[in-house]
Amino acid sequence: MRIALFATCLADALFPRAAQATVILLERLGHEVTFPSGQTCCGQMHVNTGYLPEALRVVRHHVEVFERALAPVADGGDGADVIVAPSGSCVGSVRHQHATVARSAGDEALAGRAERVAARTYELSQLLVDVLGVTDVGARYPHRVTYHSTCHSLRLLRVGDAPLRLLRAVEGLDLVALEGADQCCGFGGTFALKNADTSTAMLADKMRAVQATRAEVLTAGDASCLMHLGGGLSRLRSGTRTVHLAEILAGEGWESLR
Amino acid sequence: MSTFLGMPGLPGLPGPSGPVGTAGPRATERGTLRGGRTFPAAARTALADGQLRRNLGHATATIRAKRAAVVAELPDWEALRDAGSAVKADVLARLPELLEQLEANVTARGGVVHWARDADEANRIVVDLVRAVGTRTGSPVDRVVKVKSMATQEIGLNEALADAGIAAVETDLAELIVQLGHDTPSHILVPAIHRNRAEIREIFLREMPGVDPGLTDDPRVLAMAARTHLRRTFLAARVAVSGANFGIAETGTLAVVESEGNGRMCLTLPETLITVMGIEKLLPTWRDLEVFLQLLPRSSTGERMNPYTSMWTGVTPGDGPQDVHLVLLDNGRTAALADPAGRQALHCIRCSACLNVCPVYERAGGHAYGSVYPGPIGAVLTPQLAGMHGHGDPVDSLPYASSLCGACFDACPVKIDIPSMLVHLRSVHVEGERARRRLPTPEAAAMRAAATVLSSERLWTASGRALGAGRLLARGGRIAAPLPFPLSRWTSSRDLPEPPAETFRQWWARTRGDRRPGGAGSAR
Repeated sequence: MRIALFATCLADALFPRAAQATVILLERLGHEVTFPSGQTCCGQMHVNTGYLPEALRVVRHHVEVFERALAPVADGGDGADVIVAPSGSCVGSVRHQHATVARSAGDEALAGRAERVAARTYELSQLLVDVLGVTDVGARYPHRVTYHSTCHSLRLLRVGDAPLRLLRAVEGLDLVALEGADQCCGFGGTFALKNADTSTAMLADKMRAVQATRAEVLTAGDASCLMHLGGGLSRLRSGTRTVHLAEILAGEGWESLR
Repeated sequence: MSTFLGMPGLPGLPGPSGPVGTAGPRATERGTLRGGRTFPAAARTALADGQLRRNLGHATATIRAKRAAVVAELPDWEALRDAGSAVKADVLARLPELLEQLEANVTARGGVVHWARDADEANRIVVDLVRAVGTRTGSPVDRVVKVKSMATQEIGLNEALADAGIAAVETDLAELIVQLGHDTPSHILVPAIHRNRAEIREIFLREMPGVDPGLTDDPRVLAMAARTHLRRTFLAARVAVSGANFGIAETGTLAVVESEGNGRMCLTLPETLITVMGIEKLLPTWRDLEVFLQLLPRSSTGERMNPYTSMWTGVTPGDGPQDVHLVLLDNGRTAALADPAGRQALHCIRCSACLNVCPVYERAGGHAYGSVYPGPIGAVLTPQLAGMHGHGDPVDSLPYASSLCGACFDACPVKIDIPSMLVHLRSVHVEGERARRRLPTPEAAAMRAAATVLSSERLWTASGRALGAGRLLARGGRIAAPLPFPLSRWTSSRDLPEPPAETFRQWWARTRGDRRPGGAGSAR
């Protein structure tokens, strides 16, 4: 399968390992990965903070770039079959916000195009389990790991237990359940800045649950939530690292496979 | 008698045609919908209150577990939610017709229907009705008993009655605790959720006349004390004021759903019964109750069925109140109804399931919202009822009091998409600020600049290269240094990751940049 990677702005700029591991993993499973270089961001920050006209510019750009990625090679496209992003939140925005943003600006044509792109855009664990039918990706990761099911993966995309099924199949991985895993970590995009105190209170409770697992590694399918959780765990010198799900699925030592 | 949406129109009043979120009446000067502080400021105080945090954490976790258990045992729960949502959508689509049907049926059965555009009008109607009882009987009424009701909280009825020299006695246990404690409710269903039983004992000992000084904090002992206190009041009451959970257009029947039996006392003992009901509380037919009497108790108290369901249809000669009134309250509801993106909030049946699952509510508590409607539903309902007036209006901060985690939407028995409504109201706030200001706010300027960068491959790639400068700030793989506002809001409690040595796109260009889709070098 030819898979166009939507790295997401956050992974591209700050957490490249999540996107790199996604590439390594999908290539190891025998797929061809393309990276449409025009891509930037899904625009969720603008939508969720209330800046719809600004969001519209970003959404239009995203749709144009990934429409081209999906177009046949003969028509100047990349001929990709599907689009994948290592983020439940960004895919949630593509699937559930893009067409709405276009429609609220009265651009029905863009809304239709956005819906066609959205229909072929998948979060990584969903692509693996639901589309490619894989649960054992052949990875080895001998560490004690706990998993936080990020809100948008869980409640917007309904990934269900796909990430957990993938993790359970990883050789050597000691998966320990996180109490209250379905509760928000308190990130919420600009919420973390606008309501920093409440956000921190939510983070404090989440970190208490993480530390109770005595895990070495906290994983999730979203770099954004992990940035928040990792920022808190690092501030406490907790000894628990945050690692994106893609890095675990790529297997220990994936960096050497570049 | 009706105009648009069944409500008589008056020139000069803000109407449904006004801009969304800025329409609707100004909150009353009593501030039942508008607090004195923004959500972040009020939350900061609440978050530091260890006892409050513990009380809320315990209470919400308990009620969440109860709800989850009774919802899980119904195989058709999702179908019930769909049905509830569909019935409410139908009500809102036919509101004028259904309201007139309700009015006709209540009137035909001997009740009197009154229409109130806003809080002041509703309060005046109720005060006049209570005074009329005194005039008619030659003996003035100086107190009324009350059934727990959000509509009367919303309009500040108790204070309006007090101004008229009439005491309103709350008879719901939690409302009584709030009233005796000179406090305000912090939850839709459990208004004293912020109090634990030790605090309740203190309030009773201090404020309840004739209470046993040996009172313990055993819940049963506390409930019995309240019961003894209220019994005298019930037997002497001449006027009761209630809200209504449902008003059935087809029959003119009003319904109150409760747990303690205090409501049944109020609804049956006094000679005069005055009900204040929001115009969205309608159900078209008697049969529709079947859906809601399953949805409401399971979602609110986590019970299969609530202990007391009282229904009355006008006046029943010789039995119960013989002087029955219904006050239909708009107070901003038609403005909410006129907004296609906002009207879902009027589906709400005040179960408070969204409060109990909300991680923000659980930590900040209900008072931080500054409105009688706290929590996720309050954050979408209050701005629509009270309007967002900008210039630091606390109501403008409410749509931002959410991490958009979506737990509220999942829990809502009538499927109100609260996260989408919050996002919509944020955009209403942003557009309001744009229209009010000559210069953009710093946030608006930053958002605009970000949109320019994020809709251009060239600018985005360039800013990725500039990011490397951030590595100068990092020590030991993280940035913990104090950063300027607004990043200081982040670094006050969390480290920032050290920017990577190369961005993803730089890595891709270095390792795979010469590839063409399907072409040479693509297979590995």
